[in-house]
Amino acid sequence: MSNKMKIVIVGNGMVGHHFVEQICQTMPDAVVTVLSGEPRLAYDRVHLSEYFSGKTAEELALTTPENYESLGVNFFTDAKVTHIDRALKTVTTASDESFQYDKLILATGSYPFVPPIPGSDQEHCLVYRTIEDLEAIQNSANQSKVGVVVGGGLLGLEAANALKEAGLETHVVEFAPQLMGVQLDAGGGAQLKQKIEELGVNVHTSKATEVIAASEATRFELRFKDGSTLGTDMVLFSAGIRPQDALAREFDLELGERGGIVINNYCQTSDADIYAIGECALWNKMIFGLVAPGYQMARVAASHIAGSDLAFTGADMSTKLKLLGVDVGSIGDAHARTPGALTYVFQNQAKQVYKKIVVDAEQKHLLGAVLVGDCNEYDTLLQYALNGIELPELPESLILPVAEGAPGLPAGSLPDTATVCSCHNVAKSDIIEAMDAGACDLGSVKSCTKASTGCGGCAALLKTVVETELENRGVEVKKDICEHFAYSRQELYHIIRVEQIKTFEELLDKHGKGLGCDICKPTAASILASTWNDYILEKPHVGLQDTNDRYLANMQKDGTYSVVPRIAGGEVTPDKLIVLGEVAKEYDLYCKITGGQRIDLFGARLEQLPEIWRKLVDAGFETGHAYGKSLRTVKSCVGSTWCRYGVQDSVGTAIDIEGRYKGLRSPHKIKMAVSGCTRECAEAQSKDVGVIATENGWNLYVCGNGGMKPRHADLFATDLDTETLIKYIDRLLMFYVKTADRLQRTSVWMENLEGGLEYLQQVIIEDSLGICDELEQQMSHIVGTYQCEWKTTIESPEALKRFRQFVNSPDQDENVVFVQERTQIRPATETEKQEYWQANKIQIETIDTDVVETEALGVE
Amino acid sequence: MNWQTLCKSSDLIDNAGVCAKFNEEQVALFSLFEGEQQTLFALGNWDPIGKANVLSRGVLGSIGEEFVVASPLYKQHFSLLTGKCLEDENVSVPVYQVRIQNDLVEIAA
Repeated sequence: MSNKMKIVIVGNGMVGHHFVEQICQTMPDAVVTVLSGEPRLAYDRVHLSEYFSGKTAEELALTTPENYESLGVNFFTDAKVTHIDRALKTVTTASDESFQYDKLILATGSYPFVPPIPGSDQEHCLVYRTIEDLEAIQNSANQSKVGVVVGGGLLGLEAANALKEAGLETHVVEFAPQLMGVQLDAGGGAQLKQKIEELGVNVHTSKATEVIAASEATRFELRFKDGSTLGTDMVLFSAGIRPQDALAREFDLELGERGGIVINNYCQTSDADIYAIGECALWNKMIFGLVAPGYQMARVAASHIAGSDLAFTGADMSTKLKLLGVDVGSIGDAHARTPGALTYVFQNQAKQVYKKIVVDAEQKHLLGAVLVGDCNEYDTLLQYALNGIELPELPESLILPVAEGAPGLPAGSLPDTATVCSCHNVAKSDIIEAMDAGACDLGSVKSCTKASTGCGGCAALLKTVVETELENRGVEVKKDICEHFAYSRQELYHIIRVEQIKTFEELLDKHGKGLGCDICKPTAASILASTWNDYILEKPHVGLQDTNDRYLANMQKDGTYSVVPRIAGGEVTPDKLIVLGEVAKEYDLYCKITGGQRIDLFGARLEQLPEIWRKLVDAGFETGHAYGKSLRTVKSCVGSTWCRYGVQDSVGTAIDIEGRYKGLRSPHKIKMAVSGCTRECAEAQSKDVGVIATENGWNLYVCGNGGMKPRHADLFATDLDTETLIKYIDRLLMFYVKTADRLQRTSVWMENLEGGLEYLQQVIIEDSLGICDELEQQMSHIVGTYQCEWKTTIESPEALKRFRQFVNSPDQDENVVFVQERTQIRPATETEKQEYWQANKIQIETIDTDVVETEALGVE
Repeated sequence: MNWQTLCKSSDLIDNAGVCAKFNEEQVALFSLFEGEQQTLFALGNWDPIGKANVLSRGVLGSIGEEFVVASPLYKQHFSLLTGKCLEDENVSVPVYQVRIQNDLVEIAA
């Protein structure tokens, strides 16, 4: 028997999963076993309603079997625990499997409360908690026209959103006189009701449902205590949650009067070896129905098992969220229940904004707040409330609209212990620590602390904290691209465009110093190309290009190059395939299919490139720009032309898009894809620009990428016609070209834009900066001046001269040696080269003259 | 000193490199301009870190006062004057003396 600690976790919801992550860090040697009663591993319940706007179960998943395997976690799904033997320290599942534990974690969560209304147990009367519930809701919605949510709390409104997304006429029925009674005051509740009704959801407050009866026009009829009725085809109960404490009840752990497993400050139950965390746990007579306190309990339990004495001391129940598209925020004592509390209210009925702050009798400290319709001040107010920061002289200024520069948070006043990101529990001190360790910009602080990578609500605050901290350190935030230019890439772009600068020499002369380097030269070359679109191998530009651009091919480890002709959309004729095969055979090139649906030919020596390209150009091929920081490929699936499921011509659109943007030089490479239906075979959501066909047009996704840090693209706009689609892509790409940093992919670019996706949508869709005409014109210039760089090159004797291995000899580079593997060439290893040279020494000397003559015919 | 002709000066590329064969060696020739002032440098073409004959295809520039070429493979910088690698002092490439005479590039043999 091993003496490693055995930890068994019952339940794999968000909190159970968070515990697994924590314990794997704090106790890497422990044997961790997860028993989940659900058929799948943990997923994001907070964003459950997005299932109806197209998110799949996979996308909602918080982990995967592979991830748990790599953490060394044993896990079992559909493994409902039915028995705990506290004396023997074992748990047993419904299928009679037993597991030994040293520490047992109950993370069983909660179940939806269904009020005891006659008729509530029929088909089409459902609850909203798991993915299986959603599947049932979807099924029922498919056979329904009208849906009712019983319960107007936070979850009820989420559920209403789900029904609305499913296309039903949606009603919300609430027993209390207002919506979200826990978080909002009456004024806020009323404002929310008005706003939600305008969005097409009918709200009925002060309605006590007495019976759900069969009906004629609709499937059911809800009869209320006041005599009124409401017809509906389905009913969704969201009338609160109850802790899932059945196991604790049956096996004699202490429970609260109204349920919930009683825990102490370390999350231990009445049995010290059994912990309870999340919604099943009762701390200080309170159940916490939010994810952040659950995560906090998970951290406390994990560190307690590991021997530390971190304690759970309650949790702030403030929330900020978007319900049915309406911003709602609630902080602290929203109802002004503190004795002596004073309130300030601001309401703008025209814009449907309601804001209230609650302050103490001395008007020194903020106790609570309610925000409906506009949550801009949420982060600032929360910091005031959580950290007891002294209020400004006129507290109302915190919520009154000001022309500009509303008094924000005096960032210096934020104590080090202040939580900046509650999703990942990142305090200001963690950020400072990360910066001490060398993270010196927003992006790197984000990636090493995880701050602002959860809900993103703290993005603005994080930025302020980082910038203030940099200022405190006397760090001037330098964005110079290198020692030769005291400018960022964006600034250089503006200089080049505004001053109409056409060469690097002129740029260096007017704005730089020294001779330039391998950073500023290719950057300037790229900007010059995206602005003026001259041939990149014109004399003044040649020396600026990285080797790949300079030779219009991709250098490999041995100094040879690979050749990638454009195969737009991945569509290629048999004749062209034959040409590729013939060329590859003639020059003995290694062939490989790329991830971008084209063919890469490896092992071309520098001096062979022009001959190879002459043949390819003659056969109708164009350069594929695989060597450039520019558009690479537009991948496509076969689409409606052939596929049984396709709803649009994805290949045709991919070819059009690739034809439009080919050759566009940009801050980094750009990849795109077009899928012909929602099955997404072209993997468009992993691309900078992804297009997915819908019944009505195209959905546009932006700023995704694969690679080292994969990122799913964000849905940018829906159901676009082709013309609008192209217009948005034009604007987006040009805005990226203008404003991104050197070698910054679109994903990082967007994350660094203040306001992120929403800001980008405002700029591109709503033209908030008034620059869209200009962006389109500039793109149209680039499209109109496209040339195939290889075609231009093989027609220029001057350019061809540069493709010689030696300027004074027709010899080849004898360090380039290939051997055969799987019937194709590959570069020889060092040892293989030695052997080759030994064996061929005499032969090389004897055949030298022949080689010289045949090769001499080559390039010139 | 014994000078041996390598190639024509028209074979050079402004602010970039070309490769010439000097007996059995590969020499990277760099023609650097500071304004109108042309200076010629020559290093071994062999990149000792990337292990390929590619230095002539690197981007030229300056780091501080030092004229350098960046390896096209892994971007280390080599001094055009001394051949020393700026990132790793234990690594260097050979340096050759070169000049232009009557539109011909000559190397010290």
